Amino acid sequence: MSDKLVFRFDVQGDDFTSAGQASVQVKKNLRQLGFDTEVIKRVSIAMYEGEINMVIHAGGGTAEVSVTEKYIEIILEDKGPGIEDIEKAMQAGYSTAPDSIRSLGFGAGMGLPNMKKNSDSMEIESKLGEGTRIVMKVNI
Amino acid sequence: MKISRLQELLDAKVLCCEENLGKHVYSAFGCDLMSDVLAYVTDQAVLLTGLVNPQVIRTALMMDMVCIIFVRSKAPNEEMIELAKENGIVMMSTNKTLYNTCGILYSNGLIGTAEVPK
Repeated sequence: MSDKLVFRFDVQGDDFTSAGQASVQVKKNLRQLGFDTEVIKRVSIAMYEGEINMVIHAGGGTAEVSVTEKYIEIILEDKGPGIEDIEKAMQAGYSTAPDSIRSLGFGAGMGLPNMKKNSDSMEIESKLGEGTRIVMKVNI
Repeated sequence: MKISRLQELLDAKVLCCEENLGKHVYSAFGCDLMSDVLAYVTDQAVLLTGLVNPQVIRTALMMDMVCIIFVRSKAPNEEMIELAKENGIVMMSTNKTLYNTCGILYSNGLIGTAEVPK
């Protein structure tokens, strides 16, 4: 579709306290566009979890959110270390986050499963040493 | 339960968004692990926590939570208060522990969110 609306963000990876700013902005934008609260909540949770993951594991990355007629698409890309075992990473409770992150309230191994739960489709491409690309769609 | 009632029961200090004390919460979730808040909170709940960092506010915002109560007299910094203000989230601080805070609210009729799936 040619007239889709796209929001792009650079996610800084050096400061955990600022993680999530892009998701806050997307939530604001979607509210202004008048979307259903449940749709906004699902997009927000899925993107926020992904954004936090990029900061914890990959030193930041980029986020792109496209609004089309039928769905909202979130593309998260990073040049981090990649996910060694995607199947394992999708299991609730499996985490490779350091203790320093756990003390900040994250890294419980719930992120990827929660992203899947809150999206209607999710695809992960990851190469060790090169990075990870996650595409999620939430139907409107 | 009205947020103003939570404030009375916990003898809590209101830190911002006093104008929203008339809003209602229908359940509560007490936790220092934001990962679990993101995974399990389902309805308009109040967040009870002893964790203090900006992610607490962003997590509450993502979950459409309208009130955060910091237990054990924890106090958010200016940046966190600003973020909550921008989004209309009432923040309060009580000197009670998380356990006692939960007990007081529960015994006064505020239930928890649904059980976590087995």
